[in-house]
Amino acid sequence: MTGTGTTPGTRTPLAVPDLSLVVLVGATGSGKSTFAARHFKPTETISSDFCRGLVSDDENDQSASKDAFELLHYIAGKRLAAGRLTVVDATNVQPEARKQLVALAREHDVLPVAIVLDMPEEVCAERNAARPDRAGLALRVIQRHRRELRRSLKHLEREGFRTVHVLRGAAEADAAEIVRERRYNDLRHLTGPFDIIGDIHGCRSELESLLTALGYALVRDEAGRPVDAAHPEGRTVVFVGDLVDRGPDSPGVLRLAMGMVAAGHALCVPGNHENKLGRHLSGRQVNVAHGLAETLEQLEREEPEFREKARTFIDSLVSHYVLDGGRLVVCHAGLPEKYHGRTSGRVRAHALYGDTTGETDEFGLPVRYPWAEDYRGRAAVVYGHTPAPAATWLNNTICLDTGAVFGGKLTALRWPERELVDVPAEEVWYEPVRPLASEAPGGADGRPLDLGDVTGRRVVETRHLGRVAVKEENAAAALEVMSRFAVDPQQLLYLPPTMAPCATSKEEGYLEHPAEAFAGYRADGVRRVICEEKHMGSRAAVLVCRDADVARERFAVAGGVPGAVYTRTGRPFFDDAALAARILERLGRAVGEAGLWEELGTDWLLLDAELMPWSLKAAGLLRHQYAAVGAASRTVFPAALAALESAAERGVDVAGLLGRQRERAEDAEAFTEAYGRYCWPVGGEGADAAAGIRMAPFQLLAVQGRSLAALPHDEQLALIDRLVAADGGGEEGGEGAEGEVDGVGGTRGLLAPTRRLVVDTEDEASVAEGTRWWLELTAAGGEGMVVKPLQAYARRPDGRLVQPGVKCRGREYLRIIYGPEYTRPDNLARLRVRHLGHKRSLALREYALGLEALDRLAEGEPLWRVHEAVFAVLALESEPVDPRL
Amino acid sequence: MFLTISTSGAAGRPATDLGFLLHKHPDKAQRFSTSHGTAHVLYPEAGEERCTAALLLEVDPVALVRKGKERGRGGAPDSALAQYVNDRPYAASSLLAVAIGSVFSSAVKGQCTARPELPGQVWPLRIEVPVLPARGGAGLVERLFAPLGWKVTARPVALDERFPEWGDSRYVSLVLEGELRLADALRHLYVLLPVLDDAKHYWISSDEVDKLLRAGEGWLEGHPEQRLITNRYLGRRWSLTRDALDRLALARLAESDDTEPEELDNAVDEAEDTAERPVPLAVQRRQAILGVLRRSGAARVLDLGCGQGQLVGELLKDARFTEVVGVDVSVRALKEASRRLRLERMTERQAARVALLQGSLAYTDRRLTGYDAAVLSEVIEHLDLPRLPALEYAVFGAARPGTVVVTTPNVEYNVRWETLPAGHVRHGDHRFEWTREEFRAWAVEVAERHAYDVDFAPVGPEDPEVGPPTQMAVFRKHDTTTKHDTTGKHDTTRTTETTKEAKAA
Repeated sequence: MTGTGTTPGTRTPLAVPDLSLVVLVGATGSGKSTFAARHFKPTETISSDFCRGLVSDDENDQSASKDAFELLHYIAGKRLAAGRLTVVDATNVQPEARKQLVALAREHDVLPVAIVLDMPEEVCAERNAARPDRAGLALRVIQRHRRELRRSLKHLEREGFRTVHVLRGAAEADAAEIVRERRYNDLRHLTGPFDIIGDIHGCRSELESLLTALGYALVRDEAGRPVDAAHPEGRTVVFVGDLVDRGPDSPGVLRLAMGMVAAGHALCVPGNHENKLGRHLSGRQVNVAHGLAETLEQLEREEPEFREKARTFIDSLVSHYVLDGGRLVVCHAGLPEKYHGRTSGRVRAHALYGDTTGETDEFGLPVRYPWAEDYRGRAAVVYGHTPAPAATWLNNTICLDTGAVFGGKLTALRWPERELVDVPAEEVWYEPVRPLASEAPGGADGRPLDLGDVTGRRVVETRHLGRVAVKEENAAAALEVMSRFAVDPQQLLYLPPTMAPCATSKEEGYLEHPAEAFAGYRADGVRRVICEEKHMGSRAAVLVCRDADVARERFAVAGGVPGAVYTRTGRPFFDDAALAARILERLGRAVGEAGLWEELGTDWLLLDAELMPWSLKAAGLLRHQYAAVGAASRTVFPAALAALESAAERGVDVAGLLGRQRERAEDAEAFTEAYGRYCWPVGGEGADAAAGIRMAPFQLLAVQGRSLAALPHDEQLALIDRLVAADGGGEEGGEGAEGEVDGVGGTRGLLAPTRRLVVDTEDEASVAEGTRWWLELTAAGGEGMVVKPLQAYARRPDGRLVQPGVKCRGREYLRIIYGPEYTRPDNLARLRVRHLGHKRSLALREYALGLEALDRLAEGEPLWRVHEAVFAVLALESEPVDPRL
Repeated sequence: MFLTISTSGAAGRPATDLGFLLHKHPDKAQRFSTSHGTAHVLYPEAGEERCTAALLLEVDPVALVRKGKERGRGGAPDSALAQYVNDRPYAASSLLAVAIGSVFSSAVKGQCTARPELPGQVWPLRIEVPVLPARGGAGLVERLFAPLGWKVTARPVALDERFPEWGDSRYVSLVLEGELRLADALRHLYVLLPVLDDAKHYWISSDEVDKLLRAGEGWLEGHPEQRLITNRYLGRRWSLTRDALDRLALARLAESDDTEPEELDNAVDEAEDTAERPVPLAVQRRQAILGVLRRSGAARVLDLGCGQGQLVGELLKDARFTEVVGVDVSVRALKEASRRLRLERMTERQAARVALLQGSLAYTDRRLTGYDAAVLSEVIEHLDLPRLPALEYAVFGAARPGTVVVTTPNVEYNVRWETLPAGHVRHGDHRFEWTREEFRAWAVEVAERHAYDVDFAPVGPEDPEVGPPTQMAVFRKHDTTTKHDTTGKHDTTRTTETTKEAKAA
């Protein structure tokens, strides 16, 4: 408790933590409101009188007190939850009133502060008399308040107030000045850059190697022991705790860490192991287990002064730090957002031990609630504590404990670069109680897919487009399709993103025209684009493995199929596994003959492709929609035209109508032509089952350990050309030697090439050439083309992601989309009003999610992390958007 | 969309009297604006001997789609797919029926002020509809028109001559011939065109019942297909409006896959095993499951794959089940279940016993842990076999209820099903059906892997040779108390210590 002596004319500082619940205590008329108004913002102060007025229209209506205080607590709670200092302006002379406020402060993990205005009775009476609404207040009220206040004074600290300031008399109150103090854990002003180091557990040698790898220069004492390390660029190390126990040299690690912290080269938060060691060193009774015995034994060999230094060091550690403008939080066992920057026993407990459920698992270790799975905070939380085989980001949190002491590795995170740097353990220093990865399905990642990974409103962190949100209803639809129809998620490594069309053309007779595509990329600052022939079939993602064994071991593919072929919603492309196997084997042979297994250093390949004919997959739609419309139109017009011609012969004036119907008949004919081009019969018995099926791969997406999504398209297609050549031009192997003329095994081969043209968007001649190419392509019945930045991955000068491709569909093809008669001028005029914004945004979001899935796959992240991104693509596909775009 | 009506003249009655009846002059081409486009009436022939009137409706396909969109919440259920590629401009659909009703309204009513004697006369009529959408095919067309006195010629229209393997379209070219009053003929068309069309795409108006009664007067009540006509005429709107919005998301996914929405949106099967019309086997199955659950002493029960909530409803009737949770992956099925169970009309106390959750057994789900029992009734066969291990882990490895009841068809029994073609599964969405041997092998392995005991029981009449129609496995989790004893002490001390540490901090 600070009593404040007064020196006239000088200001007396009153320290108040910058996030706290300030409780003013004083009799009516003691000047609390005046004091609050002088030292705090009007919005920071909540007065009981004001709340009384809100609920009863009368600030002095004592019968409204209950509601008024509930309201006061509610508002104060909201402010504290939002991390705002809050001042309660009420008499608070009764212990019961203060108790509720202390509880409120604890509930929000902020410190309660009491400022007592202990004014003489006459001062209070005088002030009340000056207020018209209080003029009639009985003196005995003031007297009672003062009695209660006197009784309370010495109990305030015991009630839970961490700071108590008592101002006696008007002079002291006038001289007081509030000084807001930063909390210990608030290091937002430090911006690093940082190197955050995971659980060390006495692995001093690994720590030295890691610091060296990070570029730090070690400083050693006369005995050659490292006592400090500094980075030439002034970087700062942050230790996430658990420096000690289990490992070979806990004192050595402590010595180095303590030296670095003392020299200002490092920050350190405590781990549960330091906490326990600290209590032992302070002479308290602890259970010597979990490797503490080793540490104690090692410490025995040290000087007593060192042990004392270690005790003081551990004692000084702050449970967590908020760094870098609030963007980074470091603690030992993780921290939910509502605890960031807060101070309370439970915040410290969470920071040290994580969220334990109170249960223990089959290895006798506490079951930890996976708090990070629920984390949605803006700050990145970097922590350790739970050993895992590799450090991976989850909802903007990352655990750096990679089990160095258990023979894993010691990992550091560079911040803000977000790069991981690690060194392997020199040996297994301590046998883990529990294996680092569990046996549950889902493989090395240690756990199977959980519903929490995919459902509800979700935000997926992508490296190329930041946070991508998925709405709950879209996730719900995706869940049904994913669960009931999709291939095993272990094979579903990618789903193709949707693609926007080019801007709507004003060219007469056209809805889409290449000029818009080229102009769009030119405006985005993309100079070199590639025009790729758009194959008209059904989209397929193709996972092809060197053989069925690879497929089974790496991707859990059953039934001897060397991979998987699936549609845009993840459904198996072929109902017949034998057919899928034949096609994949054929493709795999082409990859082998082209020498790509070796060249790309992989046993598997993920491709984006179009499978033809369209009628292969879209038979139902064709039958019920496209061919049906064709049949209806072709049958109705002869009859209708005959009737109109007869009427005309009779001299009835039907000229306009007749002309119109003739045009419509022609449109219907053109429509039938349009869809018919993309249909042909496939299949046969046995070996011929794949006859007629053609696959046009147009992008290599991923191979073992690498995403190829950013490989320039000309290089992509050059590789694919080699596949096509190997398939069509190469020797026929085994099957198909006799009888097959077409399709798989036949002379045309399975694989179809993708024709293309590179265009310079700044060069008029080149653009004209591109347009001519498209006109020829579409005149010959082609669907159209896709225009993509040649370098595949492109950003605008302002940093925004550029559309990975836009489609530019042929005039005839679009009859299948917009109807047989869409080219009629009045129809075109109306159809030109189409809104591309949402489609373009959707295309970008899905693209970023697809890249994310591939990157996560390449980095060997656990299945659920890849699945999260893939699932999000499917969910976004169910967003409402004009289906004709 | 187009049709012609012809008649031939007789002594003292020229065929051109048709013009009086239709109120349309044979020498003029007239146009009328209707809600879906412009209707034209003209006469290709108009002589004493023969007179033919043609009705041609020019539908604006672009306007049709845009109109569908504006309907917003009450709009077409498949507006995501309301395609510009649409047969409405060509086929004689319900839109043409609407046009008949408005363009020939007096003729439909049998009114003719100029020649009041004409409407009552029976004439030889010939009606040609070159493209008539006919769900049910030429056979149904015959069954609908023949009882009304028409000689019916319905020729199927091929889908595409270039692709004979695609077969016939849903259209027929229809010729009706008969001696009827024109008003009756028009009213037949007015009702039966939409019945045959049976399209989901467009509604007409809300006073359909009155319209049907008026137009069907004098012929519908005695029609042998009266039920079908009424159901189709009136029924097509309701089921589709109900959960239209939920279905849009699935429809969109189907579309991005070049497939039809029904391929994906088939979780609610209207035809089979509904609460109103229970299939006896389904009842027996539920009884068997209830019996097992009662004997197990379970109070908190999961129905995994609850579908439309039939079993959940049964469980709620028994007070010993204090908490019943239905889980299904289909939002539409859950909505349907909620509607059947009248969840929103339950008292708070009743409602507190039941919950319906969207969930998927392809994923572990923390919400499902700690239950006494779980039921997987006719669920596993809806999964592709390669995805069964994930379900196994989610249920037996992660949720770990005390008792698990699994039922699935016994494929051996299928030979006893007279209506089931050989080699066919019982339901379009069954990915596999197991023999008793296969089911047992799976169940025993699962039990072993996850420390359960398993027993088997038949459901339905057991055939000496091929067994029962449904097979059931009941899994019971091993008593874990012994297991706990060995590690229990250790656990407790550790827990206390952790708690203490936390407190001390």
